[in-house]
Amino acid sequence: MEQQIQESTHVTINTQSESEQFLTFMLAGEEYGVDILRVQEIKGWDNATEIPNTPDYIQGVLNLRGTIVPIVDLRVRFELEKIEYSNTTVVIVLKVKGDEKEKTIGFVVDAVSDVYNIDQGQLKPAPDFGSAVRTEFVKGLATIDEKMLILLDIDHLVDADIKLNSSEVTH
Amino acid sequence: MATILTVDDSASIRQMVSFTLKGAGFEVIEAVDGEDALNKAKASDPDAVLTDVNMPKMDGITLIQELRKLPNYRHKPMLMLTTESSGDMKSKGRSAGATGWLVKPFNPDQLLATIKKVIN
Amino acid sequence: MSIDLSQFHGVFFEESFEGLAVMETELLDFDIAHPDHEIINTIFRAAHSIKGGSGSFGFTEITNFTHVLETLLDEIRAGKRNMTQQDIDVFLRSVDCLREMLTSARDDTALNHDLVQSLQSELETYLDQTDTTDTQQDNQVADADTSAGKTAEVSWHIRFFPHSHLFQTGNDPLRIIRELEELGEIKSECDLSALPLIDGLDTEQCYLNWNITLTGNINEEQIKEVFEWVEDDCDLSINLLNSREETQQNANDNNNGEQQAEAVVVAKAEDRRQGEDRRKTDRRSAGNTESTSIRVSIDKVDALINMVGELVITQSMLGQFTEQVDIANHEQLNEGLKQLERNTRELQESVMQIRMLPISFSFNRFPRLVHDLSKQLDKKIELKLSGESTELDKTVMEKIGDPLVHLVRNSIDHGIESPEVRQAAGKPETGLLHLNAFHEGGNIIIEIEDDGAGLNKDKIFNKALERGLVSKDETLDDDQINDLIFRPGFSTADTVSDVSGRGVGMDVVRRNIKDLGGTVGVKSVEGKGSVFRIKLPLTLAILDGQLIRVGNQIYIIPLISIIESLQIQQEQIKSIVGEAEVYRLREDYIPIIRLHSIFNIESDSTRLEDGLLVVVEGDRQKVGIFVDDLLAQQQVVIKSLETNYQKVDGISGATILGNGTVAMILDISSMIGLSKNTQHFNHIEHKAA
Repeated sequence: MEQQIQESTHVTINTQSESEQFLTFMLAGEEYGVDILRVQEIKGWDNATEIPNTPDYIQGVLNLRGTIVPIVDLRVRFELEKIEYSNTTVVIVLKVKGDEKEKTIGFVVDAVSDVYNIDQGQLKPAPDFGSAVRTEFVKGLATIDEKMLILLDIDHLVDADIKLNSSEVTH
Repeated sequence: MATILTVDDSASIRQMVSFTLKGAGFEVIEAVDGEDALNKAKASDPDAVLTDVNMPKMDGITLIQELRKLPNYRHKPMLMLTTESSGDMKSKGRSAGATGWLVKPFNPDQLLATIKKVIN
Repeated sequence: MSIDLSQFHGVFFEESFEGLAVMETELLDFDIAHPDHEIINTIFRAAHSIKGGSGSFGFTEITNFTHVLETLLDEIRAGKRNMTQQDIDVFLRSVDCLREMLTSARDDTALNHDLVQSLQSELETYLDQTDTTDTQQDNQVADADTSAGKTAEVSWHIRFFPHSHLFQTGNDPLRIIRELEELGEIKSECDLSALPLIDGLDTEQCYLNWNITLTGNINEEQIKEVFEWVEDDCDLSINLLNSREETQQNANDNNNGEQQAEAVVVAKAEDRRQGEDRRKTDRRSAGNTESTSIRVSIDKVDALINMVGELVITQSMLGQFTEQVDIANHEQLNEGLKQLERNTRELQESVMQIRMLPISFSFNRFPRLVHDLSKQLDKKIELKLSGESTELDKTVMEKIGDPLVHLVRNSIDHGIESPEVRQAAGKPETGLLHLNAFHEGGNIIIEIEDDGAGLNKDKIFNKALERGLVSKDETLDDDQINDLIFRPGFSTADTVSDVSGRGVGMDVVRRNIKDLGGTVGVKSVEGKGSVFRIKLPLTLAILDGQLIRVGNQIYIIPLISIIESLQIQQEQIKSIVGEAEVYRLREDYIPIIRLHSIFNIESDSTRLEDGLLVVVEGDRQKVGIFVDDLLAQQQVVIKSLETNYQKVDGISGATILGNGTVAMILDISSMIGLSKNTQHFNHIEHKAA
């Protein structure tokens, strides 16, 4: 799996240097996008096992074919209003690059939306306001069919997150 | 097809000897020391014996002595592999009944040349 | 015929390293006062094999070095000299040196040739009475002169008169004559005159003799070589028949011979260099060709173990499923599932077995360490190893190495006294250090026992006081005082000595062992000695666990930590003002840890008498964990939380239960730490009145 993703990364770099594909999802009425090459799978919401004494947005861990994967509730992470999980609620499992190694992390979102090709040129830097998301997690904004997409920098998101936590824990 | 009983406590030498001999079309019986060789010799009928001298349990000289006592080994060619080129070990070997010797280190060609001296 | 010798290098290196290990062990065991001939022989044989192999496979430098070593050993073996302590030391250094040479040859890495040379010179000085290079030169000349000397065509007359017993050496006159044929043109005449009549014939005797004329470009050496094996078993004369410039020729021969010999030696060196170059490219492809074992990357084994772990989970999932469904009518299905369970269990055991190695792999380094350290510290120490065949997971083995070294160093440095002190105390001059490994329950126990001075409790207590680890009015029993040495902050820079200090304290030892899921403790009697006892799980991959429930959460407590589980009796609960609750368990008061409270989760009830108390031990402290219910005990496959997340306080890992959900595995000592932080839970070690 990992192998495949890496291979396809190469292909993309070679043939589509200008354009990237993003998987988008809905969160509190806004549409967010993540690099599709990082998406490992999308699965329905399942009860996660709680990890004691972790921040609220860590829902817990799930068994993903034998691997223990932490689940982040993005609504809680972005300090949005918490809602009941519904049958559209999904977990998007992403490969996230940390400082030392790649981690697999699941993100709970309201619903999966679409897949878009976005040229680098369409990307605009995130303004300091207008979004619930802290700008350091945002790669940029793009407009598609009059819709604004917030493209997330997931490495940064978790880097700031888990690394911060682990340094708190170990010292 | 001639069969050679090759005796050496060193696995690498044993493998090298065995590989060389097999490559030249010989059948090979391997033994890891004198005792092992004596047992294997009793259970088989090789055309020649090629033995290291310095080995645990039973050394090559004793092995040759013991083998010469067995009826079907009385005239068999038995060669020693020895690192000592001095006459001392050779005469010990000779009086034990060794046919000849090959001085270590040797290469596969030297080994084959020596074996072919005693086997047609 | 050309054979790629590099294919045997793998085996050669392996057996040579084994040989070195044998040499090292035997050298360290060697008793100078009572030299054991068999041990000398064993040491000699190891060196001898390395020399033989390295020569055959073209590792010239190793051959030359080993040759000197072997010659020295041979002299000792032959009784020409006695083995001295100095010899043992230089031999041990030679073992190290050879190890480096072999490693460098194997991995194609740089070697400090000067060091090799200087040690070789040192060895040679031991040999100064006898000429060490004799045999080697001999060898080379012998190799050389077979091909040396170009002679004009000459005829030789050979008189070959085998002794009657010739056949009994396995030699055959006809074979010799055939060999002569290869040198040149041969005319041979067989003398049958000694042949008896048929009824007097002993087929084992040789009755024949030969007159041979041999013509060709042949020198006397070549002929002699053909007869080399039988020269003592026959009468032989070799005479030159015709030679016009006989004297002249001979003189030239000698000259040529010498020059040629040199040339040949040079050519050989050339060959070897080429051989070495070839080897460099071949080495990597030339694996170990030993057919009885294969080398497999540990990743592959671990992948296999993981997969089997999955299989175990699936199997137990099926097992649970059948409990819920009535399959009484499906006898075959039932049988099949039972079979699956047995097979899975056996498969798991076999797979785990792959990772197991005897602890001798770890113990092997200690004879040398003890030898070197005792010399350095002027102490006399006898090392005793037992249970070396006890098997341990490879990863555990690798990680236990450093803590073990530390404890051994510690025992030698701080435990065992100098010979003078020991004598004064009425002890034998030589101290005993005993390393012992054995199985106990599902665990491995390793004990490091010395008969040294033991721990000084006053000193320890005072130091702990000084460091603020204990308060003055604390009453601690002996074991608790001894245990203070494992506290972080106990050993600090001023205790660093060259030997055991190294800036690492016992707390690090304990932490490392704890990381392996094990425990370490010490028992000590002042003046008599100390025993450090390490308890380790057999493997890091699987754990025997007790499933417990708090509210809707299931946790796993390692069985290794559990002392007992009990129904809570209201009257045994004591609350200490401002501190945590304690439970009176026979003689002790043990602190109660409420899992729901330290983990901030909902429990069925917060009333202690509604639940159960699981008494566990961590960091040598007993605590009671308050839970709602005890569930099954089962083996679980340990999964790391850190792979995709991070370390979590109070949790050592996670596992996947039969129903596919994840459960956390509790880390007892970390939980105790956590509860101290969250509940202002103090170190309660008051004795019950």
